[in-house]
Amino acid sequence: MDRLVFLLGTGLARGAVLALFALSLVLVWRAARVVNFAQGAMAVTATYVAFVVTGLTGSFVMGLVAALVAGAALGWAVERGLMRRIAGRSPLAGVIVAVGLVMILQSALGILVGGRTLPVEAPFDETPISVGGVPLLSPYDLFVLVAALVVMAGLGLLFTRTPLGLQMRAAAFAPEVSRILGVRVSRLLTLGWALSSAVAALAAVLLVPTELGLTPHATDMLFVLGFTVAVVGGLDSPVGALVGGVGVGVLISLVTGYLGASVAPLAVLVLLVVVLLVRPQGLLAVGEARRA
Amino acid sequence: MSTPAAPPARRVLPGLTGARRTLLLAALVTPAVLVAVLFLDPFRSYQVALVAVYLCATAGLTLVVGLAGQVSLGHAALMAAGGYGYALTANALTEAGLEGAARVVPSVLAGALVAGALGLLLGLAGARLHGPYLAGLTLALVLALPALATTWSTVLRGDQGIQVAFDGVPEPLQGFVALEQWQAWVAVVVAAVVVTGLALLRDGRLGLRIRAVRDDAVAARLAGIPARRVMVATFTASAVGAGLGGAVLCYVTQSVAPGGYGLALSLLLLVAVVLGGLGSLRGAMVGAVLLVLVPWLAGLAADALPVPADLAQRLDGNLAVLLFGVLLVVVMVAAPGGVVGALQSRSRSRHSSRPSRAPSTPAPDPADDPAAVGPAAAEPDPAEPPAEPTYADTER
Repeated sequence: MDRLVFLLGTGLARGAVLALFALSLVLVWRAARVVNFAQGAMAVTATYVAFVVTGLTGSFVMGLVAALVAGAALGWAVERGLMRRIAGRSPLAGVIVAVGLVMILQSALGILVGGRTLPVEAPFDETPISVGGVPLLSPYDLFVLVAALVVMAGLGLLFTRTPLGLQMRAAAFAPEVSRILGVRVSRLLTLGWALSSAVAALAAVLLVPTELGLTPHATDMLFVLGFTVAVVGGLDSPVGALVGGVGVGVLISLVTGYLGASVAPLAVLVLLVVVLLVRPQGLLAVGEARRA
Repeated sequence: MSTPAAPPARRVLPGLTGARRTLLLAALVTPAVLVAVLFLDPFRSYQVALVAVYLCATAGLTLVVGLAGQVSLGHAALMAAGGYGYALTANALTEAGLEGAARVVPSVLAGALVAGALGLLLGLAGARLHGPYLAGLTLALVLALPALATTWSTVLRGDQGIQVAFDGVPEPLQGFVALEQWQAWVAVVVAAVVVTGLALLRDGRLGLRIRAVRDDAVAARLAGIPARRVMVATFTASAVGAGLGGAVLCYVTQSVAPGGYGLALSLLLLVAVVLGGLGSLRGAMVGAVLLVLVPWLAGLAADALPVPADLAQRLDGNLAVLLFGVLLVVVMVAAPGGVVGALQSRSRSRHSSRPSRAPSTPAPDPADDPAAVGPAAAEPDPAEPPAEPTYADTER
């Protein structure tokens, strides 16, 4: 029982990170109708920036801020430099260009810093706090959970309560009409990419201390999990990303705890196959079903 | 450097068309390559074998990406399936006391069978999915491969993989053919079978149907084409090709392990297909050659550069991936037709006898492909750019 509670708590914190990453995929999907396969590689690049800045200043917060800035800058650059040039082509082109970007970023990181694993310390204690004798969450898990929730709430407010959010939604859903009404669609598209990329960078920075360490491939699995979460929740649905993230996080935590870490990727694969076959538009999507 | 098939740029034997043309070309080119291998040193022969192995996979992948318009990031897993199928069967046959051709041939077929079965499953999922969804699913499959090998480690032997008994040059050829040359022969013959088979498939009824489904699935269905079954068949055929490649690779290296079939290989296969020219089997050949040549040349360059040892070590491997990534992005943004498409559009602009129907996107024209057959009149617009499958916009 204690173990179950602990696994649920850990799964919750992990799920928050997954939800954050999935949210970043949803953001860019809603803005540009592209699944950004380079999101993980972009996030790990920003995490390296955070690692360097934290190493120089000794402050985790400075590193976090640097990662957010680097992530936003990367998103801006990728949209302006690459994705804009293939806009309006088939989804195939977007996926392939993103794959090329993954290869460029990961090999460039490999050349710059080498393939070795860099140890990353969590800024807080990682021993679980016991509540009534039951180990529940570590302070770092708690920090991750709160940070993720704050960011998600902030994004929710941005999109539903501010003029900018309204314009971004309008630009995403009806670009032509928005343009006629004076919304600067292309600028908002770039903003959407930058925002999405910064959120992904945050997710990666929060995740890496709980994993084995920082390598150019540290976010490969995060991307697959985030993608799974986004598909499970529906690529169009931020709420779906939140619910899906927590669900998948808890599932992985339970599978890892009871069946072993090596089974977790299989569980994800099975979940993805089942959801895609049964309800490809996502469990919480309200849009029309995709044909054929 | 010899390639498994270096077809002439201009069309030979213009009078000959149809399946007969494909078979004749295969019958001419394959022995030529086999003879050429005899003049190569062991390392070059090994490179030829590697090109042939990659060709099996890229030819299969170009069918899925170029013709069917689906992105698969999972062809490394399909190759691994072929390799594991080969290794398990070969070891079972070894215990039964068989060796030589009696062991190799059934094992290769078993590899194709296992990969085909996995491709069938993927196709069943892929028939319902488009673009990013299928790409994500196949990505999850590739990343789950080491976990699969570990979870069933009693059979698949975890990260270490399976070792296979060695099969050398057959008795009558010993002293005449070196081991590496023999292995290259086996690989080239299998690759020739795969490419010829896929060429026949592509130019036959299935090829027409695949293109019809890719361009407009709804219209294709209204015309009575079973769209899902077509997609499943495409995936299965593609997987058999990749599986044969994996089986031959296992035969050549005498082992199969999950580490060799990671995401990196999947991405490289995709790069090869895009660089060569989507949907073109000739492009798949160009891509397979590039997959072997570029890392080798990058390695030579990294060794030759006067850089410190640790930087040279970091450049090793990464430099090739960086080059491939840059090439992939540049080709996709600037020349979606790939190498073959670029060459064709140039020769087309010189002899402007054939009006280009898609001026903005130079596309590999199946009718120009030496392996391509099919009376042009029966083709539904062969100049439709394969790099640009127009979906019925279903993602909205």
